[in-house]
Amino acid sequence: MLSKLFKFHGGVKPDSRKTTSNQRPIERLPLAPQLVVPLHQSIGGTPRPLVAPGDRVLKGQRIGAAEGPVSAAVHAPTSGVVRAIEERTMPHPSGLPASSVIIDADGEDRWIELEPVAWQSMPGDELRDFLRDAGVVGLGGATFPSHIKLRPGDKPTHTLVLNGAECEPFITCDDLLMRERAAEVIRGALIMARMLRVERVLIGIEDNKPEAVAAMRAAAGEGVEVVAIPTLYPAGGEKQLLRVLTGVEVAAGRRPVEFGLQCFNVGTAYRIARAIDHGEPLISRIVTVAGNVESPGNFEVPIGTPIDALLAVGRPRADTDRILMGGPMMGFALPTTTAPVVKATNCILVGSPSLLPPPPPEMACIRCGTCARHCPADLQPFELYWYGRSHNFGKAQEYHLFDCIECGCCSYVCPSNIPLVDYFRYTKSEIWAREREKAAADSARERFEARNDRQEREKREKAEKLAAKAAATRQKLAEQEGEAGDDTAAKASSPAEEAKKALIAAALERAKQQKSQVKPRNTDNLSADKQAEIDEIDARRAQAGADTTAPRDTP
Amino acid sequence: MNHSPYLREARSVRQIMLHVLLALLPGVLAWTWQFGIGILVQIGLASLTAVAAESLMLHLRGRPVAMYVTDLSAVVTAWLIALTLPSIAPWWIVVVATLAAIVVAKHLYGGLGQNPFNPAMVAFCLMIVAFPALMSQWPAAGLDVSQQLDLIFGGHRQLDAITAATPLDALRTGLREGGADARVAEILQGSAFGAVGGRGWEWVVAGFGLGGLYLIWQRIITWHLPVAFLATMAAISLLLWGMHPERFASPLLHLASGGTMLAAFFIVTDPVSGATTPRGKLVFAGGAAFIAYLIRSFGNYPDGIAFAVLLMNICVPLIDMHTQPPVFGHKRGTR
Repeated sequence: MLSKLFKFHGGVKPDSRKTTSNQRPIERLPLAPQLVVPLHQSIGGTPRPLVAPGDRVLKGQRIGAAEGPVSAAVHAPTSGVVRAIEERTMPHPSGLPASSVIIDADGEDRWIELEPVAWQSMPGDELRDFLRDAGVVGLGGATFPSHIKLRPGDKPTHTLVLNGAECEPFITCDDLLMRERAAEVIRGALIMARMLRVERVLIGIEDNKPEAVAAMRAAAGEGVEVVAIPTLYPAGGEKQLLRVLTGVEVAAGRRPVEFGLQCFNVGTAYRIARAIDHGEPLISRIVTVAGNVESPGNFEVPIGTPIDALLAVGRPRADTDRILMGGPMMGFALPTTTAPVVKATNCILVGSPSLLPPPPPEMACIRCGTCARHCPADLQPFELYWYGRSHNFGKAQEYHLFDCIECGCCSYVCPSNIPLVDYFRYTKSEIWAREREKAAADSARERFEARNDRQEREKREKAEKLAAKAAATRQKLAEQEGEAGDDTAAKASSPAEEAKKALIAAALERAKQQKSQVKPRNTDNLSADKQAEIDEIDARRAQAGADTTAPRDTP
Repeated sequence: MNHSPYLREARSVRQIMLHVLLALLPGVLAWTWQFGIGILVQIGLASLTAVAAESLMLHLRGRPVAMYVTDLSAVVTAWLIALTLPSIAPWWIVVVATLAAIVVAKHLYGGLGQNPFNPAMVAFCLMIVAFPALMSQWPAAGLDVSQQLDLIFGGHRQLDAITAATPLDALRTGLREGGADARVAEILQGSAFGAVGGRGWEWVVAGFGLGGLYLIWQRIITWHLPVAFLATMAAISLLLWGMHPERFASPLLHLASGGTMLAAFFIVTDPVSGATTPRGKLVFAGGAAFIAYLIRSFGNYPDGIAFAVLLMNICVPLIDMHTQPPVFGHKRGTR
């Protein structure tokens, strides 16, 4: 239990304010009458719907099949009838709608037949496909399909890290999960450890959760080490946690697996244990309701439950001014609370002007460097701010703008109240937009140039052909002249007239050529027998033509 | 609607400036104790001028006046100007210096956060070039209140009895007048010198040092700048003193006199005009101390810190560019 811990640079220590929501055990939320299950709930491809309006579905029935190499299935969170498949507003800062399966609950909450998986005898690919079809995705927020991360890499993976840091203030869903369901979290970790063939499992938990640490330690068996790490935001950032626990600094643009590491959220481990031991797909998750509410707590919520249903239980106070999804450091204000709980929803934070006060007016940057002292990515945020503001995007990238993880530490400490992260989001999106524009312009230019080249080439080839043909005709005429001998020689009076004749012949030839050029040609690259067939038809046509009209194309 | 993070726990610019003012107090009190209340009058004059000039410039530039005046950055500049000028200089010296700092060095360059040069040092350089005589008349210890006020606000100046040279000036003059026979040790027997630095000034220097430690403790400044400044000053003076102890002053005298201590903790630590990266800070402060020593020991001015700081201000973009710390995931050995 005494593994050496490492440090990451910077970080901040906001008041964790977790004690309001972690006092009560996890409760089940009453089933909502209608559930909205978005099809796209993981990184990657949007699942293809497997049901149609009017279909009866059972709890746990797959209603969306994974589509593409990176995707995970979605399931009916309760039994009922599919009302519609239509666009509904998502819990996303944009407030844009996405295709969702709307299910009217029948209140019976009847499961499909569930059976545990004989995972130890199952081939790895089959097991991973099973997890994909069980809809297991990373519950730490990124919702990356877990089965992909469970494929052993080219290099052996030596350490599996479970992320139980939960460094954002207010959020306690992982805390309660670890306290109440430690055995299944550990079970999930051991299954993943077997799948990845790792030697050791490290579970990192911030030391402001002593009950969770104790519960996990009690449940941990051989080869699993539960490590209490110093409470320092953002210790729950994947690369920060890996750094703290293993000392490895995962390089920019690389994945942990390339360093022999793999990292999962504790909630994901729990869902994997449920999926394998009970056959239960991911149809619910634990959500913290905290902040300016009368009754904060943690709830096991079916995916697709309207956020309003959670608020009805939490009971926001009168001075509530906004509802956030996620924590106060990286969460976002929900455009509407009719949006459903999705797999990424870890916390519904109710805000008020006194709880999350609006920032004082933004002042000029005094280059004090406080932001740089607290940046966990070792960036110089004030330099990025200057470059972003002055639209010096090249410089911003040179100063590693894209290594910013938007954790918010810089904005948190800025004495001039500059919303630095907002500037970085803006600068990033500007750079992306420019790159897209540039890519579009590049491909348009390439298309244009290719077209020009082709036209030039065709023109040139045509000219060459014509020249050759003209030469051949002239040659032929000359020969005919010779053959015709004396009887025509008398008529063909002068060499000038002969040249004229040749020119006319050439012109006729050109006209003929042109005619054949403008004919639609879709007969290039034919197979031999097709060509033979066409030749045959042509021959018959020529035959018929010879019978009726003057032979136009035959010289 | 604002975006994440929704929590902030920042020390405001005003709080930072208040801490700096607080950190200056021990030095100011020692100065008052040793040399009388002239310095308090100068600080008052400078502060009033600074606030007035700041308000006017903010108004002219169409900026929110109340918000920026109350950030107290102009007051800090004013205090630093007052503390670098002789405390018995006529009133208009400090007023002109403060106007130059706030109007020209700060607002004509874009105001808070935009000035490439340290405003207090711009003011000091302007005054020492324009009024070298007035700028070298420092109070002798034990002047009474009326004498000081008379010197500051009165018309005529009877100086010989009541003013004194600074220790560095006395040393320079002594070495020059003594020619090849001059010995530092003998000059240091003079009335301008105390145990380690200038008579009376030793206390002021100690006060500034104490305030500086407070700033480090409060995390207003990092150790890099003062340590690099003091270490470089000590190292180069130790080298020359070691070679020619009869011609050069000891490191102790250099550290304990002139503006060394004030500069180390309050001048080179100006974030706006200084280097910002950890290594850059070492280069910036080290360079400033090196140039200051050269001007002090071989130049014509009694102290060279102001010129040295301005010269290093010019180099800041270059220093910062070449001292960027490695970014997470880009460090050696991780690739």
